[in-house]
Amino acid sequence: MSVPIRARGPWQLAFERLSRDRWAIAAVAAIGIIVAVAVFAPLIARVVDHPPQAQYRDTGLSPSGIPVGPGRAFILGTDGLGRDILVRVAYGARVSLVVGVLASGLAVAFGAMVGIVAAWFGGAIDTILSRLMDVVLSLPFLVFALALVAIVGPSLVVSIVVIAFFSWASVGRVVRAQALSIREQEYIRAARSLGAGSLRIMFVEILPNVAATLIVYATLLIPSSIAFEATMSFLGLGVVPPTPSWGNMLADSIAFYKVAWWFVAFPGAALVGTTLAFNILGDSVRDAFDPRHDQTIVIANGEEKKS
Amino acid sequence: MIRFLLRRVLWGMAIVWFVATLVFAMFFVAPRDVARLIAGRQASDQTLEVVRKRLGLDQPVPVQYVRFLGRLVRGDLGESFLTSEPVVNVIRRGFPVTASLALGAATLWLIIGVGTGVIAATRPRSLFDRALTGVALFFYSMPPFLLGELLLLFLFFRLYMAGYSFFPPGAYVPLTESAAQWARHLILPWLSIALITAATYSRLTRGAMLDVLGEDYIRTARAKGLTEGRIVYKHALRSSAAPVMTQFGIDLGGLLGGAIVTEVVFGLPGLGREAVLAITTQDLPVIIGITILSSMLVVVANLVVDMCYALLDPRVRVR
Repeated sequence: MSVPIRARGPWQLAFERLSRDRWAIAAVAAIGIIVAVAVFAPLIARVVDHPPQAQYRDTGLSPSGIPVGPGRAFILGTDGLGRDILVRVAYGARVSLVVGVLASGLAVAFGAMVGIVAAWFGGAIDTILSRLMDVVLSLPFLVFALALVAIVGPSLVVSIVVIAFFSWASVGRVVRAQALSIREQEYIRAARSLGAGSLRIMFVEILPNVAATLIVYATLLIPSSIAFEATMSFLGLGVVPPTPSWGNMLADSIAFYKVAWWFVAFPGAALVGTTLAFNILGDSVRDAFDPRHDQTIVIANGEEKKS
Repeated sequence: MIRFLLRRVLWGMAIVWFVATLVFAMFFVAPRDVARLIAGRQASDQTLEVVRKRLGLDQPVPVQYVRFLGRLVRGDLGESFLTSEPVVNVIRRGFPVTASLALGAATLWLIIGVGTGVIAATRPRSLFDRALTGVALFFYSMPPFLLGELLLLFLFFRLYMAGYSFFPPGAYVPLTESAAQWARHLILPWLSIALITAATYSRLTRGAMLDVLGEDYIRTARAKGLTEGRIVYKHALRSSAAPVMTQFGIDLGGLLGGAIVTEVVFGLPGLGREAVLAITTQDLPVIIGITILSSMLVVVANLVVDMCYALLDPRVRVR
């Protein structure tokens, strides 16, 4: 009896590989939990009956003004102002996820566009765009990001835009390299001879063929965007207090790390847990699309120079 | 070779010029009223007038731009609005701290990263390799400020409470004062940078080594009976140095312009902390000075890497 052979597309294959990968499943589960916590943050606040901004100066602080540790009243303890850390960590997840997903989405979209345009038109346009990407990649981004925020004033939208601005170039570089080789394929020539215009070729013919790369990049950019946002909030130039974000909670906790380990531990664990889960998923996604590829972290640094 | 170098130097200068222009546009053209930004909200009209005059803001933008570039070329970065100290002095004060931090951390992460990467590449899929993959991913996922905080909590405070005080919680002792104290005070900051960066280097080295170890000439080397150690360290490691070197140039160059987060966490008076202070107090000349200096350092680091490349691999010079 012959085994029936079923045609499977690359997406199907990738998905099948992914669903066999235990690490990927664990990562997806972890991300699911984090998303649930973010979505249901108001519900958590309602259940424990502590709004995120409420300061419990009597019950949440010891008589000498020190935060209260994890216990029955405050499951994960309180912060320096007597606020519930559990509720604030949950609300912080919203900031991190929104910034992470939107910033990396924006960066990938823009990077893909620039990369494809540069590769398709070539010539002077390619030179200018490539040089532009080189310049962005060689900016000392944290100093620049901070200076930029200092002028415009910190806010959630500013964080997203700034992070995207400093992340798109590495995507652009890789997409350009891939699009350069796709450009020479027969089906592109065929499309051209059928009368397809540049726009159609770039977005209908080339874009789907770099989609796998874009997905890998999007997954790997999310954790770095989350870390970037946390760093900006940590330095006081991200999300504006009293809105809780993991970065500004960790900044506040520095004054208390000697007396309140929970103030560092829980926001810290949430932050590392989230970036780690996304990094593991990103790795698995990459392996699923390209099983031969082995360089884990290298890609995320945009240092893959194939052209 | 000369032409190659010349081209790279010109390109580097173009980047610095671009950065300077960007900074100029960011600080002098984009804000509606720079003078008010500097003088503060409560400043009277007379004060604003004086500030405008002093900064040349009453001139048209192109004139300001040319003057700005002119001062930059002469190495005049102006004076701090806050303390009237020349920005060059601020930089001169902060740079040794940042350089101590960056160079020490770089040494550490090269040793840790390349060392573990080589071991992992020679034993792929072994327990060590798998464990290392996990550990590397963990540290890679850790934002530097958080690792700094954790090191303070565990290696400084917990040990201190337990009666061991190996690691001071920061502060800077100049190398010229006492080398031992200098190193002791920098261990935790070094570690907080090195552990995270080493993760990248470990993976980078492993990947490059695995590629090289599959090459024909490695088989030849084995066939002619070279010892495994000689093959790994003499043949394979040298050819896998290129990607590591590129990354090293980028990282070190970036770090020399200020390890912002680490300096803030450990209270080290380096360029990064000066930059953050300047940003929070809107001290424009200091921000501009440090931003331009740090991009110059990135450019110089890239240039050095390119030169090393060209020396090691003649093919690069042709491109």
